[in-house]
Amino acid sequence: MDKYSEERTQSWRVELRNSMKPKERMKIPRAKMPELLPEYRCHTMKEEVNLGLTPQMAMTEAKRCLDCAKPTCIEGCPVNIDIPTFIKNIERGNFLEAAKTLKKSSMLPAVCGRVCPQEKQCEAQCIYLKTNKEAIAIGYLERFAADYERESGNMSIPEKAPANHIKVAVVGSGPASLSFAGDMAKMGYEVVVFEALHEIGGVLKYGIPEFRLPNYVVDVEVQNLKTLGVQFVTNCIVGKTLTLKDLEDEGYKGLFIGSGAGLPRFMNIKGENLVGVMSANEYLTRVNLMDAADPEAETPIFRGKKVAVIGGGNTAIDAVRTARRLGAEKAMIIYRRTEQEMPARIEEVKHAKEEGIEFMMLRNPKEYIGDEKGRVIQMLLQVMKLGEVDDSGRQTPVPVIGETELIDVDEVIISIGVSPNPLIPQSVKGLEVTKRGKLVVNNETMQATIPNIFAGGDIVRGSATVILAMGDGRRAAKGMDRWLKNQQ
Amino acid sequence: MNKIVSKEYLSPNVVKFEVEAPLIAKARKAGHFVMVRVGEKGERIPLTIADANIEKGTITLIVQKVGFSTIKFCTLEVGDIITDLVGPLGNPTHVEKFGTVLCACGGVGTAPMLPIVESMKKAGNRVVTVLAARTKELIMLENEMRKFSDDIIIMTDDGSYGNKGLVTAGIEMVIKREKVDCCVTIGPAIMMKFVSELTKKYNIPTIASLNTIMIDGTGMCGSCRVTVGGKTRFVCVEGPEFDAHQVDFDEMLIRLNAYIDFEQEKLKKISL
Repeated sequence: MDKYSEERTQSWRVELRNSMKPKERMKIPRAKMPELLPEYRCHTMKEEVNLGLTPQMAMTEAKRCLDCAKPTCIEGCPVNIDIPTFIKNIERGNFLEAAKTLKKSSMLPAVCGRVCPQEKQCEAQCIYLKTNKEAIAIGYLERFAADYERESGNMSIPEKAPANHIKVAVVGSGPASLSFAGDMAKMGYEVVVFEALHEIGGVLKYGIPEFRLPNYVVDVEVQNLKTLGVQFVTNCIVGKTLTLKDLEDEGYKGLFIGSGAGLPRFMNIKGENLVGVMSANEYLTRVNLMDAADPEAETPIFRGKKVAVIGGGNTAIDAVRTARRLGAEKAMIIYRRTEQEMPARIEEVKHAKEEGIEFMMLRNPKEYIGDEKGRVIQMLLQVMKLGEVDDSGRQTPVPVIGETELIDVDEVIISIGVSPNPLIPQSVKGLEVTKRGKLVVNNETMQATIPNIFAGGDIVRGSATVILAMGDGRRAAKGMDRWLKNQQ
Repeated sequence: MNKIVSKEYLSPNVVKFEVEAPLIAKARKAGHFVMVRVGEKGERIPLTIADANIEKGTITLIVQKVGFSTIKFCTLEVGDIITDLVGPLGNPTHVEKFGTVLCACGGVGTAPMLPIVESMKKAGNRVVTVLAARTKELIMLENEMRKFSDDIIIMTDDGSYGNKGLVTAGIEMVIKREKVDCCVTIGPAIMMKFVSELTKKYNIPTIASLNTIMIDGTGMCGSCRVTVGGKTRFVCVEGPEFDAHQVDFDEMLIRLNAYIDFEQEKLKKISL
């Protein structure tokens, strides 16, 4: 019997399961997330849109879960959280135990409960979908349990193996690195995380806006890692400030690279370097990391009135909603496919629409036009249509010859993806990278082409989600632990 | 860490700082820069490393007051801690034995030129330095430059010191009297533009070290991008040095002024 089935046969769980008939459970409608009103939240930078479920709402939602004998939701989770166990703990009112269950598999439940694309992962596997009903709101419940624990002041610290005095270094402090660091610390390793920026959290801090993921949520999760013994060093770039050899000389036996996304991609079209045209990374970093929307902040930010964001991913939606909050009267998403193909989370698209964001689908920028001072004032859009199905399983957008549109803009934010950060591959000789600059790793162990180096997250994937990065971190921790033990 | 151990005014607007940064001191090479931030509300700005002392574990930063954040930086005193300091960033200068190297610098570019002059000399080159400023009191680092230069030509706009004229006049003097194999130029973008146009005329390979707007300095944001040879390049991770003849200086000048209104507002609001 596996650990999931074992949990399921505990007497409290059997009793709880039998206390209500599945038919009754299935009659309960899915919980609705309480949220700030759109007209209010368009003018507030840092207040979170989703307010979280109340304990009563969470317990009712938890009742909907049938506690399946074969819980497919677990397979849908990249870090295989024991979903039924945490949900059933919520149902019986043991919220702290629910949080503990989450933390066995995920170092960042309060983060994942907010930013995971659940509709494509755990919730996509829910049995309810087979009966044409809405899936259990696993994401809402995850967030509820994690928030409850944080606010209770009774944060549980995961069990830790005795210290083995083996030092490992981590490059970057985003989700892949935090997840790796947590798992290694639990196994007894001495973990030091080196971060290039002045804040810990990587994309969770510089990328995702506070109205979706407040900074204090990230800070608390980082604090938990510190309690576990993980050390953090900011303003230190491995490969620049310290070389790999420096680290080896200091006794580090393994190195995990989670240095993340690097160069933002541009389209190389005319006018792309005009003033007012920038990458989503630049725009979001100014607002999120540098707090540029604060009147006291010394980092400047454009407050465009007619803002176009190019792209259809979560970053694009984050950027356009930020622009709206910074005073854009017209804030547009320009996407070359249709809404169905947009990679963004459904909830973000819904929130964006409520906030008055315009979605211009089947459009692709062709040229940006500037004034005499070199500032963008217009953009020329190519009208597109969907053509053949490509490798990604999506229909390739193709231009409709001769059909273009000219629209007025005063700010353009480009969010069409990123290439992996080049600093590490540039500075560590012998590391194999793909044509597109991704680190080559063994898919199971996440070991790179230099044996004491492991890697995960965007440096390996190009651009992916928080949870996939965390899954990489977990696998890399397992892989490095096994490799280090074999070395002894 | 990051403690200021000495401060010296080189001119009313230029301050030399020695800062505790042992790891950066050890790792840096000529051409490298650091990102600094002063105060929790501070802006991240790039500053070129002018010198380093590995034994003392210090780096030298020479800061010219050109905008709000550099003015604020210059208010720091000995014993103060720089909130954030990270580096060394960028690629080091490509140093080899070219023959005769002409180093042309002015204003804000003088400090970052110093380690390049030193490295070029140590690599066995004949180094001719052209040092330019508006007026005599703005000429700085002359003695330090002399130490590593075979010849030095001083140019002032008003003729108050050295020769009267712009940096380009000094360069032309050198080109006309001897064969120059390579030119390195650092200074305001407009100066580098004219230097580049001049050396292009004489077919002298020229390197320009660009100082653009940056946030992270590690390749993440792209605010530093410039067009070089028709292609968009990132100054922070692909530069800061590029073939000057390929750089679109007009575009760079426009991009450098992107936030000029914001900058002026900030300067108005706060008295430092």
